[in-house]
Amino acid sequence: MADILGANVDEEGFLVDLSDWTKEIAVEMAKHDDIELSDEHWDVINFLRGYFEEYQIAPAVRVLTKAIGKQFGKEKGNSKYLYSLFPYGPGKQGCRFAGLPKPTGCI
Amino acid sequence: MADDFVIEPLPTYLEIPAVKADAMRGAGPFKSNAEFQNPLGFPGEKVDNWQQVAIDKMGELKSKYRSVQVFLDACVKCGACTDKCHYFLGSSDPKNMPVARQDLFRSVYRRHFTFAGKYFPKLVGAKELDDEMLDDWYNYFHQCSQCRRCSVFCPYGIDTAEISMAAREVMDSVGVGQKYCNQILGKAITIGNNLGLPEPALRDTLLDLEEEIEEETGVAVKYPLDVKGAEILLITPSADFFAEPHIDGFIGYGKVFHQDGVSWTMSSYASEGANFGMFIGSYDVMRKAALRIRKAALDLEVSRVMVGECGHAWRVAYSFWNTLTGVGAGAVANDEFALKLQNQLDSRYPQPQHIIEYTHNLIQQGRIQFDKSANDERVVTFHDSCNVARASNMGGIPNGQFILPREVIKAVCNNYVDMQRESIMESTFCCGGGGGLLTDDLMEVRIKGAMPRMQALKAVEKSDAVNTLVAICAICKSQFSKVLPKFDFDPYMIVSAHQLVSEAIIMDKPQTDETEIKTEIETEIKTEIETEIETEINDKTDETVKID
Repeated sequence: MADILGANVDEEGFLVDLSDWTKEIAVEMAKHDDIELSDEHWDVINFLRGYFEEYQIAPAVRVLTKAIGKQFGKEKGNSKYLYSLFPYGPGKQGCRFAGLPKPTGCI
Repeated sequence: MADDFVIEPLPTYLEIPAVKADAMRGAGPFKSNAEFQNPLGFPGEKVDNWQQVAIDKMGELKSKYRSVQVFLDACVKCGACTDKCHYFLGSSDPKNMPVARQDLFRSVYRRHFTFAGKYFPKLVGAKELDDEMLDDWYNYFHQCSQCRRCSVFCPYGIDTAEISMAAREVMDSVGVGQKYCNQILGKAITIGNNLGLPEPALRDTLLDLEEEIEEETGVAVKYPLDVKGAEILLITPSADFFAEPHIDGFIGYGKVFHQDGVSWTMSSYASEGANFGMFIGSYDVMRKAALRIRKAALDLEVSRVMVGECGHAWRVAYSFWNTLTGVGAGAVANDEFALKLQNQLDSRYPQPQHIIEYTHNLIQQGRIQFDKSANDERVVTFHDSCNVARASNMGGIPNGQFILPREVIKAVCNNYVDMQRESIMESTFCCGGGGGLLTDDLMEVRIKGAMPRMQALKAVEKSDAVNTLVAICAICKSQFSKVLPKFDFDPYMIVSAHQLVSEAIIMDKPQTDETEIKTEIETEIKTEIETEIETEINDKTDETVKID
């Protein structure tokens, strides 16, 4: 099994044990994807982690865009903005960096 | 399969490619493990005596489903199906010719279940099920989306999807399952949807959506959850709550229900239309998922069950729910709950209904109105989703599954064109991501398989400036969002049919109650009289001035 900074990840790069998550792991995962995490990335990552703590699941895309728009300005409240931060999708790539499980289904 | 692969430019005409042997050879999608296998009743890893178990399972399927045996025996290798599969057309791998893919399974069947194959295997192309063959099964039966286009052209009507389903069921029985499907099924049969969205998160998501719609339109469209005694139970793919563009179609359903004034609900216990049990060929798992819907319908005491925009959900609902759950006619005589449900359902709607049928009916009756100009910037074409097109009907009229969605679309927008005839309706090309292939680890298969549909789309983009692609299936929508940009299309051009409905529907603004209206009128009259009196006085004053 592959690992990132000593934490096990599955074949899709998601943490096996979610409690292993650290900021350093997020930075390292992003580096593998050629992304340098900016404050804007962290805003999203922190929101994802907060939502997950409350609901035990990643937020729906619309919930995420709306919340980001409310907190950080309307021009950021859309999926195009989120895709500019996470080109592989805020759901899949964002959740991976944030140490959430991979969203599954017809998505 | 290579990690990096070239996406060829789209051809002007779809041609039959020269074969490239082993072009798509590979390890197949990620395999499932014990965590995902066991809850479905499958072994957690490849069992020791897997060959024997597999052959026994084949024997069981052959006698349980007579169709499987007929399909295995009937093929005469005429080759009519060879160039009909989008995966073959897009990949050139000869094992993706439907007849060749099926033959991976059929040759083993022949070896163990036919006289000639048992005694003269080489003469009849009968083969042993060894490790290499199993690897080929795993790889190539996950390059079939069970779309059944090939079956349309088969002179014997062989349902190739059923062979793929059987192969996957045999593989699950020996502990070789696919991660994507089986992980999702585990969530669907324990939590109630493919996402694993628990009730509080679902409730919160719906409240959020209500807020958004009211802010945007000024109309309080509701998304009721677990409302006992509602007329309609809506069963929709959970992607409708979660993903884009799906959610904009979901907003459309809500507006239609609101405008019609019908009472409806969703269920947090059965919050999924999709049923991947069909993809893995397991009747038992498919039934488990479907029974949640029956329980929800009984508990909520609804009188109609309706399905949202989901292709295979509609196939399962239309073709299998009756015997699986008792929605529709045909429950087993001793199935107490199925009979109870049949008595409970409105006798006018014993069968499940599709949301398109519902909206279509309201349009026919003139009960909802549209401002079609809201969609004037769009030139629209419709992608027939495979399971709707080739495994179901709508409206109870011949070809209704092709007619109704198009009539709904044309009722809400002014510019509509169809793609080439050989790529739509019963001959529709699969989106490339159906049948349990909508996973990132199959991206090469998905992109190559999308090529024929993309080619037909490119043609109408050139000829008619089409800029909007409509689908009524959650898988199609997600797949297109991902693959459209690979072929130089805008990923946002894929929308739900009900997104167009949503944009054009004329919503009644909220009415104030009667006393408020009365006071309003009284104030208006009062002001009018006052102004009149004032003018008169002024006039008189003027006159007085003149007299002076």
